[in-house]
Amino acid sequence: MQLSREELVGAYRRMATIRQFEERLHEEIKTGEIAGFTHLYAGQEAVAVGICDQLSVEDMIVSTHRGHGHCIAKGCDVKAMMQEIFGRAGGTCKGRGGSMHIADLSVGMLGANGIVGGGAPQAVGAALAARLDGKGRVAIAFSGDGACNQGTTFEAMNMAVVTKAPAIFVFENNHYSEHTGDAYAVGTARDIASRAEAFGMKAWRANGCDYFDTYETMRELLDHVRAGNGPAAIELDTERFFGHFEGDPQRYRGKGELDRIREERDCLKAFRAKVAEAKLLDPADLDAVDAEVAALIEAAVVEARAAPAPDPATVADDVYVDYY
Amino acid sequence: MAIMTIRDAILQTLHAEMERDPDILLLGEDVVGGNGTAGGPEAIGGIWGTSGGLYAKFGPDRVIDTPISESAIVGAAAGAALAGKRPVAELMFADFVGVSLDQIWNQIAKFRYMFGGKTRCPAVIRLVYGAGMNTAAQHSQSVYAMLTAMPGLKVVLPATPADAKGLLTEALRGDDPVMFFEHKTLYGVKGEVPDGDHRQRFGEARMVREGGDATIVTCGRMVNFSEKAADKLAADGIGCDVIDLRTTSPLDEEAILDSVEATGRLVVVDESPPRCSLAADICALVATKAFSSLKAPPELVTGPHSPIPFARELERAWVPSPQKIEAAVRRVLAAG
Repeated sequence: MQLSREELVGAYRRMATIRQFEERLHEEIKTGEIAGFTHLYAGQEAVAVGICDQLSVEDMIVSTHRGHGHCIAKGCDVKAMMQEIFGRAGGTCKGRGGSMHIADLSVGMLGANGIVGGGAPQAVGAALAARLDGKGRVAIAFSGDGACNQGTTFEAMNMAVVTKAPAIFVFENNHYSEHTGDAYAVGTARDIASRAEAFGMKAWRANGCDYFDTYETMRELLDHVRAGNGPAAIELDTERFFGHFEGDPQRYRGKGELDRIREERDCLKAFRAKVAEAKLLDPADLDAVDAEVAALIEAAVVEARAAPAPDPATVADDVYVDYY
Repeated sequence: MAIMTIRDAILQTLHAEMERDPDILLLGEDVVGGNGTAGGPEAIGGIWGTSGGLYAKFGPDRVIDTPISESAIVGAAAGAALAGKRPVAELMFADFVGVSLDQIWNQIAKFRYMFGGKTRCPAVIRLVYGAGMNTAAQHSQSVYAMLTAMPGLKVVLPATPADAKGLLTEALRGDDPVMFFEHKTLYGVKGEVPDGDHRQRFGEARMVREGGDATIVTCGRMVNFSEKAADKLAADGIGCDVIDLRTTSPLDEEAILDSVEATGRLVVVDESPPRCSLAADICALVATKAFSSLKAPPELVTGPHSPIPFARELERAWVPSPQKIEAAVRRVLAAG
């Protein structure tokens, strides 16, 4: 399927936004101003964007502790996200959640999650709710090669098959669950998709460092699910450019590994090369997008730094809707 | 006596006890770290620094990296314990008890009683807990009250390096399941640790200081906060008994009641929400067994009835502070 010029520029803009957001956080965290744990998504942009570009705002996603990319791809406000990560009152979740718990239900982003495997069952429920509404919406659970080992994920996949829920299990295999390799921790190393198949759903495999492969494969998958065939799964082979969390010394990496994956497996570089080769976009246009994104990220950081902290008196607000 | 951190006290105790007892095995996420990577096993040595060198010394049959599968980690510990071993299972964050709760609550805690006293389940579950690092709602909780409420479990919370060694050794030599809580902000705390064999009996609270005017009962990170408050009060001539419970199950009722009978004034400091908390439990104990000694209503210093927030300002507002403890002591002294 041929994407329009606007679609291509938009895809690049969203991927570049995620990349620059994360690269900037990597620097900002060193200043000590950002508290808590931050898990960066850089390297996996083609997955979040290649998938979410084909969703409507009514479709729903549940995310992981490494959720910034899913949030941006699904349409969360970048400046509000930055404020959330800085722990500001104007953040997406009023500074209560932080990096690991960004959610914006108004754009179908049902929440990042600090519990590995916490999200997959929720996607099944969201999918059952969507079916009840009868508008053809789907619900997607993003999981990694870590969450694929949780019982919750297994239960969710079986229940989705049994209930024929329009749920989609996206497995982003970045080859590390925290500090352990998928060659050790995943019994079906580099073939998580076969687990989904064993539960009785159709599964696809794609290169998660290639926007176009992700997009095309996901298009087939979405057609299958939206046609009422029940759940489906996709495993994407991708890369994590940073550590498990910021501050992780990454002693588990091979010599030169980080340089190699940035050289050979960078989805932004691959995107630029493909659109230039096919003469679809002028590199100068993409440079201009990079500059616009840089200005947005700079403004987001400047505003977040200056933004007011939450009022300590509000610490126990919002626990309930009503409490009586 | 050697001076060391709580982190090193735990690590050295694991080394010593695993050397002594070949039935002890350790399992958890990244307790080795680096398995299946170019860096190789022990590229990490445990993210909290409490398992370094164990894999090299004791090998893959006794030091076992697991997938991220908390139900299976705790359930495997349950099974290994029933099969005669002494498993130590690490939950990287105590909050993950939520993922594995059935194996703790319906299985490990109940085996001995359900099976007519014919079994032992000497599993030690190490849980890294507590606020103070802005790790937000799902990585900051102190879930010891919930586990204290479960008959069949022992619940242990060292606040010093000496107790980390003594209580962990006791846990590894006892025959009951132990929930061993390690506060993530206390790993770097240094103190004297007795050389050689050091066992600290469960159910024996530590009288951190004696002051006579008011009783502060607490545990974990709040021991240090309570001492800070007691220092400030001492400057005004107010003396506090500060009691570090060490274990919440079993509970040293005698230490609490003896102190309250002498002071008549009780402050309980508990890093958790107030409802059905340890603080409420201690208050109930004193109300039922030392009511006539009380000269003022007890004060509970806890977090609010809410999850734990992320932002620094909010987390600080949530966690009990030395200032809040000091104010509570002044209130119990002013009342009655």
